[in-house]
Amino acid sequence: MDLKYTPQQQEFREEVRAWMQANVPSVPLKSFDTEEGFQQHREWEKTMNEGRWGMVTWPEEFGGRNLDLIQWLIFEEEYYRANAPTRVNQNGIFLLAPTLMEYGTEEQKARILPKMATGEEVWAQGWSEPNAGSDMAAMRSKAELEGEYFVINGQKTWSTRAVYADWLFGMFRTDPDSERHRGLTFILVPLDAEGITVRPIPQLDGLPGFAEIFFDNVRVHVSNRLGGDGEGWQVAMATAGFERGLMLRSPARFQETARRLVELYIENQESADQDPAIREAVLQAYMQAEAYALTTYQTACRLNQGGKIGPESSTNKIFWSELDQDMHATAMSILGARAELLPHASAAEGVGRWLDGFLFAQSGPIYAGTNEIQRNIIAERMLGMPRA
Amino acid sequence: MNFTFSEDQILFRDSVREFLNNEVTAESLRARWDTPSGRCKELWAALAELGLTGMLVSEANGGLGMNEIDFVLLAEECGRAALPEPLVDTVLVATPVLQQAGKDDVLAAIATGQSAVAVQATEGALVADAEFSEYLILQENSAVYLVSSADATLELQESIDPGRRLYSVSWDASQANVLADGDRGVALQAKMFNLGALGAAAQLLGLSQRMIELSVNYTSERNQFGKPIGSFQAVKHHLANVAVKTEFAKAPVYRAAYSVAHNLSDAAQHVSHAKLAATEAATQAAKSGIQVHGAMGYTWEVDLQIFMKRAWALAGAWGSRGEHKARVASAVFGPERSLGAGQTFASAS
Repeated sequence: MDLKYTPQQQEFREEVRAWMQANVPSVPLKSFDTEEGFQQHREWEKTMNEGRWGMVTWPEEFGGRNLDLIQWLIFEEEYYRANAPTRVNQNGIFLLAPTLMEYGTEEQKARILPKMATGEEVWAQGWSEPNAGSDMAAMRSKAELEGEYFVINGQKTWSTRAVYADWLFGMFRTDPDSERHRGLTFILVPLDAEGITVRPIPQLDGLPGFAEIFFDNVRVHVSNRLGGDGEGWQVAMATAGFERGLMLRSPARFQETARRLVELYIENQESADQDPAIREAVLQAYMQAEAYALTTYQTACRLNQGGKIGPESSTNKIFWSELDQDMHATAMSILGARAELLPHASAAEGVGRWLDGFLFAQSGPIYAGTNEIQRNIIAERMLGMPRA
Repeated sequence: MNFTFSEDQILFRDSVREFLNNEVTAESLRARWDTPSGRCKELWAALAELGLTGMLVSEANGGLGMNEIDFVLLAEECGRAALPEPLVDTVLVATPVLQQAGKDDVLAAIATGQSAVAVQATEGALVADAEFSEYLILQENSAVYLVSSADATLELQESIDPGRRLYSVSWDASQANVLADGDRGVALQAKMFNLGALGAAAQLLGLSQRMIELSVNYTSERNQFGKPIGSFQAVKHHLANVAVKTEFAKAPVYRAAYSVAHNLSDAAQHVSHAKLAATEAATQAAKSGIQVHGAMGYTWEVDLQIFMKRAWALAGAWGSRGEHKARVASAVFGPERSLGAGQTFASAS
């Protein structure tokens, strides 16, 4: 065990820090759930790619730097320290890309990854259906093979970023007689294809952060199948594994929220200390963000040495999502009468970000597999308790 | 950056787990409850034979010359087994203190298994295993003393944990051997406290995992409404919550071992975080453990009590939650604070 960064890792940190200082926009971008903000974020992805910072863990041929997971964590630390924009293509770079690397053909990788890296093609997810939410295996949207084309019919929902995105990845039932996890195939679908209707769903802040998608005889070339026919479930599980794991929610994000919470508490200590529970909650937030970082480093080091992510990774999703909720709820308590103000209200100057974060934190225990489903997974796969 | 244990460290841990599994059974623990010493001399000799008592003793004094990082996984196993013998205090707390004071004869006796050493957490505190141990490390004002247990008057103070043996100690400091005093004494007291709290944290981590295992086993076998109660979500989620707390207490405990072994400037804060996280995990494991065992969990008969009571005892030993929170708070809220992304390993580099 050696908890010192190597000189190379230190140098890498300095390099990221210098680039972020020079390039992170000084005025925060508009929300990527608006058309204007989405384009701004797309531009930012392009800028990142020009510096070869788009996805440092990717092979160099796709615009990456072929770096390991520790360097990834260092990159993320500097990214969040610099208060850089949220990644608009996170569905693509964090979720689809690792699956593509594992299951994609060379043709698919060469065709998809470079455009993903530049932000030219932004990705949305197509998992949930009206009757297949937590019970994902109940999905019924179908894709029938006709010659070289899948013909897709059905409906997806809660598709994050789909309103402005270019492509969607998801699972469709290719064997009409199949049940549950069998007979599903992982297919990539261009969102401008004929027969697709995207209907925005306003989320809690009123912006169309997700959408319903209707498929009416949508023709998609068979070269957009990822993995084998009927193997969609295994391929998707790999994606879900990464989602719960290291990529989507790296610790830096929560450590920075915890740091801001400590500062908010100290600035308002006199009023905050009237409720002793606040000091306790701030302290817990700091320790938990730290525990998440330590645990992630441990996992990353194990994976670097050839280890595998195990079922214990299901504990991550619960831990960070509840931590995020708790931290923002504590901030709201500290802010008192200012807590309800929308970020652009002039009286919310300097603290409006907490409300945005508070709203978004409410979705954490729901997306990427509800925390109830995660608890079932922990109980059954990690602890070995009997299935229902 | 390599936050993993080596293959050797894992293999050693596995062999100690197997040994303790075979030697420290629930029956053997219950048998010891009814004896005055509550301890097993033969087991202590066997632990010495395996090299465990002398793990942190230098090779020159007949030990293995290892460090706190090597031992932390074994302290976790001592917790998992609810080992009554004072291995953690002797190895993790007393040995580094005696090493610093150059007490070669006592160190050699620890390595051979001839002596155990009991440690007082703070001045006036009760001392666990004072009677079983040949030596006591005690505190008064700013000094740390080494006392032969034969020279002290011991009075047993019974604990809820029948496996614990706590004593109030009357002794005469003017007749005792000073290990350190003045500023060095204060520094040594602080070091002892950190080592002891780290040992308690590691044991709590092991206890938590053992209570989860017992609860999983029980709820997989106990049937109601025609199926194992462990198949019900309400029961599953109790134990999943404990698993989450336990999983995220591990890395803080291992990091604390590293910080102590390397004398990092924020070792005290790291130890306190570890103790708090492990206490939270183990007390939740006890609370949920008894709940999913139902009425059986409230009986003397079911073995859950062995681990639950040890967890309750260690939760308050080596610093209350309040003391540890205050130590973390002084770092997090203090004027020198350095928080946020990228700061986690700043003091190590």
